[in-house]
Amino acid sequence: MSSALSITQAVNPPRAVFLDYPLGHTSGRPADKAEQLKIMQTTLSVFTSATEPGDIVQLPFEWSDDHSWKDRVMRPQANKKPSEGSMDDHDRHADDRVERYPTPQYQLPEDELAANEACPTCVFLSDNRSG
Amino acid sequence: MQPPIDYIARTRDQYSALGYPPYDWVHNGDEPPFATPSKPLNEASIGLIASGGIYVEGQIAFHFRDDFSYREIDNRTPPTALRATHFAYDLKDVRKDANVVFPLETLHEIAAAGIVGEVGPRAYTFMGGIYSSRKVAEILAPALADRLVADEVDLALLVPA
Repeated sequence: MSSALSITQAVNPPRAVFLDYPLGHTSGRPADKAEQLKIMQTTLSVFTSATEPGDIVQLPFEWSDDHSWKDRVMRPQANKKPSEGSMDDHDRHADDRVERYPTPQYQLPEDELAANEACPTCVFLSDNRSG
Repeated sequence: MQPPIDYIARTRDQYSALGYPPYDWVHNGDEPPFATPSKPLNEASIGLIASGGIYVEGQIAFHFRDDFSYREIDNRTPPTALRATHFAYDLKDVRKDANVVFPLETLHEIAAAGIVGEVGPRAYTFMGGIYSSRKVAEILAPALADRLVADEVDLALLVPA
Protein backbone atom coordinates (compact mmCIF):
# COMPACT_ATOMS: atom_id res chain seq x y z
CA MET A 1 0.00 0.00 0.00
CA SER A 2 1.26 3.52 -0.64
CA SER A 3 0.39 7.16 -0.32
CA ALA A 4 3.63 8.36 -1.94
CA LEU A 5 3.36 7.60 -5.63
CA SER A 6 6.74 8.70 -6.94
CA ILE A 7 8.55 6.88 -4.13
CA THR A 8 6.64 3.67 -4.85
CA GLN A 9 7.36 4.01 -8.56
CA ALA A 10 11.05 4.25 -7.73
CA VAL A 11 10.94 1.27 -5.35
CA ASN A 12 9.08 -0.73 -8.00
CA PRO A 13 7.52 -3.49 -5.86
CA PRO A 14 5.85 -6.53 -7.48
CA ARG A 15 2.40 -5.00 -7.04
CA ALA A 16 1.07 -1.92 -5.23
CA VAL A 17 -2.01 0.17 -4.59
CA PHE A 18 -1.83 3.93 -4.29
CA LEU A 19 -4.17 5.91 -2.03
CA ASP A 20 -3.98 9.68 -2.55
CA TYR A 21 -4.33 10.56 1.14
CA PRO A 22 -2.03 12.53 3.44
CA LEU A 23 0.84 10.54 4.96
CA GLY A 24 -0.27 8.66 8.03
CA HIS A 25 -3.48 7.37 6.39
CA THR A 26 -2.17 4.66 4.08
CA SER A 27 -4.99 2.30 4.99
CA GLY A 28 -7.78 4.80 5.64
CA ARG A 29 -9.32 7.47 7.83
CA PRO A 30 -9.54 7.10 11.60
CA ALA A 31 -12.73 5.43 12.84
CA ASP A 32 -14.14 5.10 9.32
CA LYS A 33 -14.48 1.33 9.39
CA ALA A 34 -16.63 1.13 6.30
CA GLU A 35 -14.10 2.93 4.17
CA GLN A 36 -11.16 1.06 5.76
CA LEU A 37 -12.83 -2.20 4.78
CA LYS A 38 -13.45 -1.01 1.22
CA ILE A 39 -9.84 0.12 0.90
CA MET A 40 -8.58 -3.22 2.21
CA GLN A 41 -10.89 -5.28 0.06
CA THR A 42 -9.81 -3.44 -3.08
CA THR A 43 -6.17 -3.71 -2.04
CA LEU A 44 -6.36 -7.46 -1.49
CA SER A 45 -8.07 -8.03 -4.83
CA VAL A 46 -4.93 -6.72 -6.50
CA PHE A 47 -3.02 -9.79 -5.29
CA THR A 48 -4.91 -11.73 -7.92
CA SER A 49 -5.88 -9.06 -10.46
CA ALA A 50 -2.40 -7.58 -10.98
CA THR A 51 -0.72 -9.46 -13.79
CA GLU A 52 2.12 -7.13 -14.73
CA PRO A 53 5.07 -6.93 -12.33
CA GLY A 54 5.37 -3.35 -11.07
CA ASP A 55 1.68 -2.48 -11.52
CA ILE A 56 0.48 0.33 -9.25
CA VAL A 57 -3.30 0.54 -8.99
CA GLN A 58 -4.69 3.89 -7.87
CA LEU A 59 -7.56 3.40 -5.42
CA PRO A 60 -10.73 5.42 -6.15
CA PHE A 61 -10.91 7.29 -2.82
CA GLU A 62 -10.50 11.03 -2.35
CA TRP A 63 -9.37 12.56 0.96
CA SER A 64 -11.36 15.73 0.27
CA ASP A 65 -12.78 17.49 -2.77
CA ASP A 66 -10.55 20.34 -1.66
CA HIS A 67 -7.04 19.29 -2.65
CA SER A 68 -5.34 22.33 -1.14
CA TRP A 69 -3.93 20.16 1.69
CA LYS A 70 -1.37 19.05 -0.88
CA ASP A 71 0.04 22.58 -1.13
CA ARG A 72 0.93 22.69 2.56
CA VAL A 73 2.77 19.36 2.94
CA MET A 74 6.47 19.83 3.75
CA ARG A 75 6.20 23.54 3.07
CA PRO A 76 6.72 25.36 6.36
CA GLN A 77 6.43 28.76 4.67
CA ALA A 78 2.96 27.87 3.45
CA ASN A 79 1.92 27.01 6.98
CA LYS A 80 3.33 30.04 8.72
CA LYS A 81 1.06 32.91 9.57
CA PRO A 82 2.63 36.26 8.64
CA SER A 83 4.32 37.60 11.76
CA GLU A 84 3.30 41.06 12.78
CA GLY A 85 5.97 43.72 12.29
CA SER A 86 8.79 41.20 12.33
CA MET A 87 12.06 42.17 10.67
CA ASP A 88 13.54 38.80 11.48
CA ASP A 89 13.60 36.34 8.63
CA HIS A 90 15.86 33.76 10.27
CA ASP A 91 12.90 31.41 10.14
CA ARG A 92 12.19 31.95 6.45
CA HIS A 93 13.19 28.39 5.79
CA ALA A 94 12.08 27.16 9.15
CA ASP A 95 12.86 23.53 9.68
CA ASP A 96 9.58 22.21 11.00
CA ARG A 97 10.73 18.60 10.99
CA VAL A 98 10.72 16.57 14.19
CA GLU A 99 14.17 16.03 15.64
CA ARG A 100 15.69 12.58 15.14
CA TYR A 101 16.18 11.65 18.77
CA PRO A 102 18.56 8.71 19.35
CA THR A 103 16.67 7.29 22.34
CA PRO A 104 13.31 5.45 22.44
CA GLN A 105 10.46 7.93 21.97
CA TYR A 106 7.41 6.75 23.90
CA GLN A 107 3.89 7.83 23.03
CA LEU A 108 2.95 8.01 26.71
CA PRO A 109 5.21 8.50 29.74
CA GLU A 110 3.70 5.38 31.34
CA ASP A 111 4.90 3.33 28.33
CA GLU A 112 8.46 4.03 29.35
CA LEU A 113 7.75 2.75 32.85
CA ALA A 114 5.94 -0.30 31.47
CA ALA A 115 8.68 -1.14 28.97
CA ASN A 116 10.31 -4.47 29.63
CA GLU A 117 14.07 -4.09 29.23
CA ALA A 118 14.34 -7.68 28.11
CA CYS A 119 11.49 -7.23 25.59
CA PRO A 120 11.39 -10.67 23.97
CA THR A 121 9.26 -9.34 21.11
CA CYS A 122 11.67 -6.53 20.28
CA VAL A 123 14.21 -7.68 17.73
CA PHE A 124 17.42 -5.68 17.52
CA LEU A 125 19.50 -6.65 14.51
CA SER A 126 23.21 -6.16 14.16
CA ASP A 127 25.09 -4.39 11.45
CA ASN A 128 28.58 -5.58 10.69
CA ARG A 129 29.37 -2.43 8.74
CA SER A 130 28.88 1.21 9.44
CA GLY A 131 27.10 3.62 7.09
CA MET B 1 -8.23 17.97 -9.22
CA GLN B 2 -4.57 18.16 -8.24
CA PRO B 3 -2.23 15.31 -9.03
CA PRO B 4 -0.68 13.31 -6.20
CA ILE B 5 2.17 14.95 -4.29
CA ASP B 6 5.55 13.98 -5.73
CA TYR B 7 7.37 13.35 -2.45
CA ILE B 8 10.73 12.88 -4.14
CA ALA B 9 10.45 16.39 -5.60
CA ARG B 10 8.90 17.76 -2.43
CA THR B 11 11.66 16.46 -0.14
CA ARG B 12 14.32 17.62 -2.59
CA ASP B 13 12.86 21.13 -2.43
CA GLN B 14 12.59 20.98 1.33
CA TYR B 15 16.17 19.78 1.80
CA SER B 16 17.49 22.32 -0.67
CA ALA B 17 15.69 25.15 1.15
CA LEU B 18 17.34 23.92 4.36
CA GLY B 19 20.76 23.73 2.72
CA TYR B 20 21.00 19.95 2.49
CA PRO B 21 21.79 17.83 -0.56
CA PRO B 22 18.90 15.79 -1.97
CA TYR B 23 18.16 12.39 -0.44
CA ASP B 24 19.31 9.45 -2.53
CA TRP B 25 16.09 7.48 -2.96
CA VAL B 26 16.26 3.84 -3.92
CA HIS B 27 15.44 3.23 -7.57
CA ASN B 28 14.89 -0.39 -8.54
CA GLY B 29 15.10 -0.40 -12.29
CA ASP B 30 14.88 -4.12 -12.95
CA GLU B 31 11.58 -5.89 -13.23
CA PRO B 32 10.52 -6.87 -9.70
CA PRO B 33 10.24 -10.55 -8.76
CA PHE B 34 6.65 -11.61 -9.20
CA ALA B 35 5.13 -14.73 -7.69
CA THR B 36 1.57 -15.70 -8.57
CA PRO B 37 -0.50 -16.60 -5.52
CA SER B 38 -0.68 -20.36 -5.07
CA LYS B 39 -4.20 -20.35 -3.68
CA PRO B 40 -7.33 -18.20 -3.91
CA LEU B 41 -7.52 -15.17 -1.63
CA ASN B 42 -10.19 -16.74 0.58
CA GLU B 43 -7.83 -19.59 1.43
CA ALA B 44 -4.70 -17.50 1.81
CA SER B 45 -3.06 -16.25 4.99
CA ILE B 46 -1.73 -12.70 5.12
CA GLY B 47 1.35 -11.43 6.89
CA LEU B 48 1.22 -7.75 7.78
CA ILE B 49 4.37 -5.63 7.90
CA ALA B 50 3.91 -1.95 8.76
CA SER B 51 6.53 0.78 9.05
CA GLY B 52 4.57 3.48 10.87
CA GLY B 53 6.40 2.98 14.15
CA ILE B 54 3.70 0.92 15.88
CA TYR B 55 4.64 -0.82 19.12
CA VAL B 56 2.75 -2.45 21.99
CA GLU B 57 2.64 -1.14 25.53
CA GLY B 58 5.41 -3.05 27.34
CA GLN B 59 7.73 -3.05 24.34
CA ILE B 60 10.65 -0.70 23.93
CA ALA B 61 9.67 2.21 21.67
CA PHE B 62 11.56 3.12 18.51
CA HIS B 63 14.16 5.86 18.41
CA PHE B 64 14.44 8.21 15.46
CA ARG B 65 18.04 7.88 14.31
CA ASP B 66 18.07 4.99 11.85
CA ASP B 67 16.39 2.50 14.17
CA PHE B 68 16.41 -0.70 12.16
CA SER B 69 14.91 -2.90 14.87
CA TYR B 70 11.46 -4.42 14.56
CA ARG B 71 8.62 -5.53 16.84
CA GLU B 72 6.53 -8.68 16.79
CA ILE B 73 2.87 -7.98 17.46
CA ASP B 74 0.64 -10.95 18.22
CA ASN B 75 -2.40 -10.77 15.96
CA ARG B 76 -4.71 -10.90 19.00
CA THR B 77 -3.22 -7.74 20.55
CA PRO B 78 -6.09 -5.49 21.64
CA PRO B 79 -6.14 -2.10 19.88
CA THR B 80 -5.97 -0.32 23.24
CA ALA B 81 -2.44 -1.70 23.72
CA LEU B 82 -1.11 -0.24 20.47
CA ARG B 83 1.12 2.84 20.39
CA ALA B 84 2.71 4.87 17.61
CA THR B 85 5.93 6.82 17.45
CA HIS B 86 7.63 8.28 14.36
CA PHE B 87 9.19 11.57 13.29
CA ALA B 88 8.08 11.87 9.70
CA TYR B 89 4.28 11.90 9.79
CA ASP B 90 1.53 13.43 11.90
CA LEU B 91 0.66 10.85 14.58
CA LYS B 92 -2.68 12.38 15.60
CA ASP B 93 -4.84 9.95 13.66
CA VAL B 94 -2.87 6.74 14.18
CA ARG B 95 -3.09 7.41 17.91
CA LYS B 96 -6.89 7.61 17.60
CA ASP B 97 -7.15 4.53 15.41
CA ALA B 98 -4.10 2.45 14.59
CA ASN B 99 -5.86 0.93 11.59
CA VAL B 100 -4.94 4.01 9.54
CA VAL B 101 -1.39 2.67 9.11
CA PHE B 102 -1.59 -0.68 10.96
CA PRO B 103 -4.73 -2.34 9.60
CA LEU B 104 -4.66 -5.44 11.83
CA GLU B 105 -8.26 -5.13 12.98
CA THR B 106 -9.33 -4.40 9.42
CA LEU B 107 -7.64 -7.60 8.29
CA HIS B 108 -9.43 -9.57 11.03
CA GLU B 109 -12.78 -8.25 9.80
CA ILE B 110 -11.87 -9.08 6.22
CA ALA B 111 -10.99 -12.63 7.34
CA ALA B 112 -14.21 -12.91 9.36
CA ALA B 113 -16.11 -11.93 6.23
CA GLY B 114 -14.43 -14.80 4.39
CA ILE B 115 -12.66 -12.55 1.87
CA VAL B 116 -9.22 -13.66 2.97
CA GLY B 117 -8.41 -17.00 4.57
CA GLU B 118 -6.68 -15.86 7.73
CA VAL B 119 -4.44 -13.28 9.32
CA GLY B 120 -0.91 -14.50 10.08
CA PRO B 121 -0.12 -15.21 13.74
CA ARG B 122 2.06 -12.13 14.12
CA ALA B 123 2.38 -8.75 12.49
CA TYR B 124 5.76 -7.03 12.28
CA THR B 125 6.40 -3.35 12.62
CA PHE B 126 9.31 -0.99 12.38
CA MET B 127 9.94 2.76 12.21
CA GLY B 128 10.43 3.45 8.54
CA GLY B 129 12.37 6.71 8.85
CA ILE B 130 15.66 4.96 8.18
CA TYR B 131 18.01 6.99 6.05
CA SER B 132 20.35 4.08 5.33
CA SER B 133 18.74 2.11 2.54
CA ARG B 134 21.62 -0.35 2.88
CA LYS B 135 20.55 -1.28 6.41
CA VAL B 136 17.02 -1.91 5.22
CA ALA B 137 17.98 -3.88 2.10
CA GLU B 138 20.75 -5.93 3.71
CA ILE B 139 19.57 -6.42 7.29
CA LEU B 140 15.98 -5.50 8.15
CA ALA B 141 14.06 -6.58 5.04
CA PRO B 142 15.69 -10.04 4.84
CA ALA B 143 15.00 -10.58 8.55
CA LEU B 144 11.32 -9.70 8.09
CA ALA B 145 11.04 -11.89 5.01
CA ASP B 146 12.47 -14.81 7.04
CA ARG B 147 9.80 -14.23 9.72
CA LEU B 148 6.97 -14.36 7.18
CA VAL B 149 8.40 -17.53 5.68
CA ALA B 150 8.62 -19.07 9.16
CA ASP B 151 5.00 -18.04 9.81
CA GLU B 152 4.04 -19.81 6.57
CA VAL B 153 1.87 -16.97 5.30
CA ASP B 154 0.92 -16.91 1.64
CA LEU B 155 0.78 -13.17 1.03
CA ALA B 156 2.76 -10.25 2.46
CA LEU B 157 1.04 -6.89 2.88
CA LEU B 158 3.44 -3.97 3.37
CA VAL B 159 1.95 -0.79 4.78
CA PRO B 160 4.13 2.31 5.00
CA ALA B 161 3.00 5.41 6.82
